[in-house]
Parts: sequence; C-alpha cells; structure tokens
Amino acid sequence: MTTASADAPGHDDDHGHGHDHPKHLAHHFDTLEQQFDSSKLGMWAFLLTEVLFFSGLFVAYATLRANNPEVFSYASSFLDTKWGAINTVVLLISSFTAAMSVRNAQLGETSKLKRNLIITLICAGGFMGIKYVEYSHKWHAGLLPPGLENSMFNPETPWVPEAGHHDADYLNLQRDTMDMAPAERVHFMTTLGRFFGVYFFLTGLHGVHVLIGMGVISWLILRTSRGEFGPDNFTAVDLVALYWHLVDLVWIFLFPLLYLIA
Amino acid sequence: MTNTTPDVHYLNCEKGFKSWFWTLDHKRLGLMYMWSVIAAFILGGIFALLVRMELMQPNMGIEENAALYGWSKELGPANLYNHFFTLHGAIMVFLVIIPGIPAALGNFALPMMLGAKDVAYPKLNRFSYHLWLSGAIFFVLALVTKGLDTGWTFYAPYSLTTDTAVVFATTGAFILGFSSIFTGLNMLVTIHKLRPEGMTWFKMPLFLWAIYATAIIQILATPVIGIALLMLTIERVLGVGIFDPTLGGDPVLFEHIFWFYSHPAVYVMVLPAMGVVSELLANFSRKPIFGYRSIAFSSVAIAIFSFIVWGHHMFVSGQSDLVNVVFSALTFSVAVPSAIKVFNWIATLYKGSISLDTPMWYALSVIWLFGIGGLTGLWLGTLGTDIHLHDTYFVVAHFHFVMVGSAIFAFIGGVFYWWPKMYGVMYNETIAKTGTAIAFIGFNLTFLPQFIAGSKGMPRRYFDYAEEFASYNYWSSIGAMTLGVGLSIALYALLKSLMGQRKAAPANPWGAVTLDWQCTSPPPPHNFDHAPPVDGPYDHELVRWNNDLQGYEPVDPVDGDPNLARMGSAKLA
Repeated sequence: MTTASADAPGHDDDHGHGHDHPKHLAHHFDTLEQQFDSSKLGMWAFLLTEVLFFSGLFVAYATLRANNPEVFSYASSFLDTKWGAINTVVLLISSFTAAMSVRNAQLGETSKLKRNLIITLICAGGFMGIKYVEYSHKWHAGLLPPGLENSMFNPETPWVPEAGHHDADYLNLQRDTMDMAPAERVHFMTTLGRFFGVYFFLTGLHGVHVLIGMGVISWLILRTSRGEFGPDNFTAVDLVALYWHLVDLVWIFLFPLLYLIA
Repeated sequence: MTNTTPDVHYLNCEKGFKSWFWTLDHKRLGLMYMWSVIAAFILGGIFALLVRMELMQPNMGIEENAALYGWSKELGPANLYNHFFTLHGAIMVFLVIIPGIPAALGNFALPMMLGAKDVAYPKLNRFSYHLWLSGAIFFVLALVTKGLDTGWTFYAPYSLTTDTAVVFATTGAFILGFSSIFTGLNMLVTIHKLRPEGMTWFKMPLFLWAIYATAIIQILATPVIGIALLMLTIERVLGVGIFDPTLGGDPVLFEHIFWFYSHPAVYVMVLPAMGVVSELLANFSRKPIFGYRSIAFSSVAIAIFSFIVWGHHMFVSGQSDLVNVVFSALTFSVAVPSAIKVFNWIATLYKGSISLDTPMWYALSVIWLFGIGGLTGLWLGTLGTDIHLHDTYFVVAHFHFVMVGSAIFAFIGGVFYWWPKMYGVMYNETIAKTGTAIAFIGFNLTFLPQFIAGSKGMPRRYFDYAEEFASYNYWSSIGAMTLGVGLSIALYALLKSLMGQRKAAPANPWGAVTLDWQCTSPPPPHNFDHAPPVDGPYDHELVRWNNDLQGYEPVDPVDGDPNLARMGSAKLA
C-alpha cells in the first residue's frame, strides 16, 4: 500500500496521457490528487483490517477475563506498571513526531523530516528495548504461557526458579496460595498462566507490528536522505504515519487492559 | 471497434516467464489467477472423487476399496478418508472458491468495466497473487508431509492434538487470507476512485456492486480468521491456554472466532457469483436488468447481515438457548436480500429476448441451483430442524448447492462469458453446451440424493454408513463422476478454442454495453487511452448486431436514433 506512489513504471511510453505527465503519477491515474486519495483510502481500509485482526485476541482476552476476573486482576500485579507507563509515553512521543514528519514532508522541510523520523525510530527502538527488559524478567521468573516447559504454570511439570535468582514472584505466589486446597491451587495456577499466555500473545503481536513499523520508518529515512519527499510527493510518509498511529493506539488499549486492572 | 485481433495486445506485448510472473497488468494477473484456481480445482476435485469412491458402497474399508478400484495398497488405514475430505474442503474453500471470482474474473474485468487502465494498486495486486502462490505451496507441503485430517474448519481441540500437518495448513490459510484481503482492498479503492466521469454509483454494472460488497467482507472478516488461525498455531506450538481445554482454554471460543469469518466468507464466495449472474442474465435477455437498485442494495445488505449470523453454525455446540434463538432469527434476515435477487433475475427473463449461449446456460443453472441451496438453508437456520439435520449429509448437500452450484457454476459461466475477451477467440458452442448440460445433470444427481440421506440421519464425515443409505450414496457417486465428465468437457471446449484453427472473437460478441466490451478482443496492454463515455450498463439499444463483424457494434447516434443514447442515460439516472 505504501508503495502506491513510489514510482511510475513506464511513464516514458505514450499511452494517451499527453505530454506533461507529473513525475510521481502512476500511469493508471489521471491526477496526483486521485492517486493520493486512493492511497489514503486504501490505507484506512487496511487499518480497519488491522483493527479486526487484533479484535480476535481482544475477544479472547475478554472471554478469559470474564471467566476469572479475580485471577486476572491478581495476575496483573505481576506486571511492572512503571515500565508500561514509560512505554506509553515513549509511543505517544513517537506518534507526535510521526505526525510532525507528515507536516515536514508536505512543507518540503527535508532536514526536519529526517530528524523527526529518526526520533520516531529511536522511540520505537526504545519501546522494544523496554519490552525486552520486561520479557527477559518474566522468562527467568517462569511467568510464561502454561504450555512452555519453563513456565511455573505448566499443569504437568510446574517449573520452579532457583533460590535467590528471579524467585521473588514465585515466593509471592507461594505465600498467596498457601491457604488453598491442592485442587483449587492447580486451577488457580493454570488460570494465572492463561493471563500470561494472553499477555505474551497480545504484546508479542503488537511488538511484531512495532518491528514492521521500524522497518518502514527506516525505509522512509533512506528515501528522505535521497531527497525524494516534498510537497508533491509525501504519500508514503502520510501512510506510514497513519499505520504508526494505529500501532500506538493498540498499545493505548493494551496498557490499561493488562497493567492497570490489579 | 474492429473485428480483427489487434497486432499488439496484452498477451503478446511482452514474452517469457518473467514478463508474466512479475507483471503488473491486471489482465495477466487475472489470467494467472484463473489458471491457478482451475489447477487447484482439479486437485480438490480429485479428492472429491476419492471421497465419493470410498462412499460408493457401504461396509467398505479403504483397504477393500483399494483392492476394488486398484488403488495403491500404501494408501494406509481408513483414517485416510479423513485426509481426503479435509484436503478436498480446504483446497476448494481457500484456494478455489474464495479467490475464484473476485481475484480471477474481478481482476480481469473490473478495471475494464470502469474504463480504467488498471486497478488502484497494481503492485499490491501482484503481491496478492504471489501470496496466493505461497499459500498454495504451504497447502502442498501439508499434503505431501503428514496430510491433514481436521476437516477444513480446524476445530479445537482435535486440531491441537492430531499429529498431521496442521501448522502448514493454517499457515497456508493465513497467507491466503491476506491475499484475499489485499484483493478486496484493491477492488474497493478501485471502485471508489477510478470510476470514469459519468459513472455514478447507480450506473455501475451490477458485477461491480457485487465485488464491492465482497470487498467489504474481505476487509472486515478475513483478518478475523487470520487471527483465529494464528491463535490456533501459537496455541499448538507454545500452549497459550486460549483454546486448549487441558490448559483451561475454551474450544468453543475458536468456533466463534472461526465462524465470525467463515460465515461471511460464504458470501465472499456467493456475492460475486450473483454479480456475474446479474450481468449474464441482463445481457443474454437483452433487457435492462429488472430492479437494478434493489439488486445493488441487496448485495450490500447481504454483506452486512453476513456479520451477524455466525452462531447458526453452533446450535449444537453448547450455546445458550437465548443466543440460539437470536441467531436463528437473524439468519432468516439473509433470506430476504437473497430472494430479492432471485425474483429480480426471473423478472429480468420475463419477455426478454433470450439467447441461449453457453454463459446463459450457466446463469440459468445458477438460478435453479441457488434456489435449492438457498431454500434448504432456511431449514438449517430453523432451530428445531437444525438440531436434527446438524452434521448430516443434508448440510453437505445444502452448502454444495451454494458453494459449487452457485459459486463455481457462476465462475465457469463468467469464464465462458469473458473468454472471447481474454483470448480473442470463440469456443465451440456445441461442445461447451454439452459439457454444461452433463455437469448440471451430474451435479443434481450428486447432491439431491444427499438431501434425502441426510434427512434420514446419515452423518457427514464418516467413511462408512449403514446399508439403508446405500442407494443414495451409489447414485451420488455416479453423479460425481458425471459432474467430473461434464466439467472436463467444458475445459476441453475452452482449450480447444486456443488450438488449431482459431475462430477470432469480435470486440463485442454478446451485445453487452458495459465498458469491458468496448476495447478490442484481446484488449491492448493499457485497455483504453481514455475512459469511454458512460451510458447505462444495460441499455442494449445502444448496440446492434453487425453480420460482417459477427458481433455487436455501437449504434451511431447520427444515423441511428439520436435520442437513444440520452434515453439510455436517463433510464437509470
């Protein structure tokens, strides 16, 4: 979608457009405006697709949470709200710079455009870095989907962290479930594990979208360096920014649903 | 408009494998889609025939059938039957029917119907086709590795525990889903933004309305099966606990998310088929279509209703009674716009000047087949009868009447309709009609007995059955082979037209007035220099037969009635 305006193959050969064919106009469009509107409409339709793509997971989240609301809110306390909040701010800043870069492109401010795109990319990278810190902690602490071997929620062979090494969460859990009957405790632990299954799935899928975003933003930076964008050619920047806002928006929903329900 | 084939057209303007594989031309992509879909259809058809051969007689294990039909002994245990029907279903749904009309015929005809040079995003269009190919490769991988025995629906929890190649198949279906989304997105934007001057929404050919409604479903519903299959794959690989009951997951949740797409997908299959039929009936009756606006709106209505009826697939899956009643009632709402279409089609035939060329045979077949497929759907939507008929051959017969009888027959009808435009040749009408007639008889013979067997309680998906169902199954199998013969003859008619003495096609062999018939056959690489002037899509007075051309030519407003063009425009405005 983002490549719709990229280049116009075969605008040298004459097939009835007359002589003054704009450089960035593909052969099957009549005007630049028509081409821009088409790209924009297509991107919005694609974003709709993305929303529905995530919707399946949100439905799964809603179902599993509605079945065990108290376990989900308890599980949420194992997530670090501080990192989640910082990441929210980081993404909001990146959305702002993404919006600014569209304006820069429209006005032909190439150096500002490049700067804003780079800030966006850095923010995206920072977001992934923080996600890495969070994931890595959970990996070592065994706060993982129940089907994994080193998950403390694995119903068949619950995994136990080494003493003194990432075992704080485990000890807290031991303390909180001390009074439960064995069967009740197994049920509680599996349900807890499902929260982490959904957590990793939702944030993982979102993370993949951030990575794709970083890829296309890098591509924009490359094209900016070649001086390709300007008042008559900013469609690609506009479309990537739209995509990036959606990625941001998904996180705006994920943060409270996962971190703030405790 | 000339009778002679142009020297340079889209088929011969560039040569070689690369010029096809990397083409951006919507017509070439349409053709490649068409041949790919036909190839997949043959593969899926072979599995269908294997299923019918196994079921031809009762009390036959796969081993006994292997001896009887001379199959290889290595085919394995009776469980193999599960692979046959699963691969048949999965290939036919994901590789054939869903891309069939929108991607193959839509790609070929839609931009020309708009007088446009291409779809809005030619590169995305090519990417869609390459995605289709990749998806097909994953299906073939599933086929040649461990097979697939889950049924095309991939229901959890069985799909989480079977040791067959579920991950290959779901990956393939996931990729094919995005192929379908991008095609829909392309068509939607093309219709919005590339309509020529003068073509208002209500001057669009009805095929475009149908593709538009289909695109809405493709964009909104297909991502949901994408995520459903992704969740299933992740569940299988990592054990997240969403669907797997041993981890506390909810398998019915998979059914909900699956059918939230897969019911609308039924209309991805049948809406474009209805669009093709609307074109064929109007043009071969040489009459403006009856009830243009109601047909157009009914397409959109079907697209909207399709999103709120999925629960009728789960009447026996443990939904609450209240939910069942609501879904049952909503299901009936789909019958209204469907019936509107059928009544309008029949009214179009009334007092029309009907010419029974091959495409028209398919269009008339579809009215009959869709009539049966649609009406039997009402019994399945009715809660009380569905409890009895659920998972029986009644359901199998019902959806084959819709998915094959309507979607595939309309697809083939559309191929015969646009064939002269695609290749610039006319096929032999006698051979083509013979194929059609045999296929029509074969189809009814295959699936009508299944309604009876199903209503008497024969369950679907079993490799064997009680003696009392023997005669229905025998005739059904005979019918399947007849259908195979008929379709082979149809394919032969098409292939023969390309070989030996070719009969050149005129620009407009059928007397249609939509813009796709205003360029040469085959069209030049860029279709039109400028979009032709637009009149009503079904004003057949605007063209007349010319015996020298062996086709239709536009009525010249100067030597014909000068008011005609204006009248034509006024009629639909």
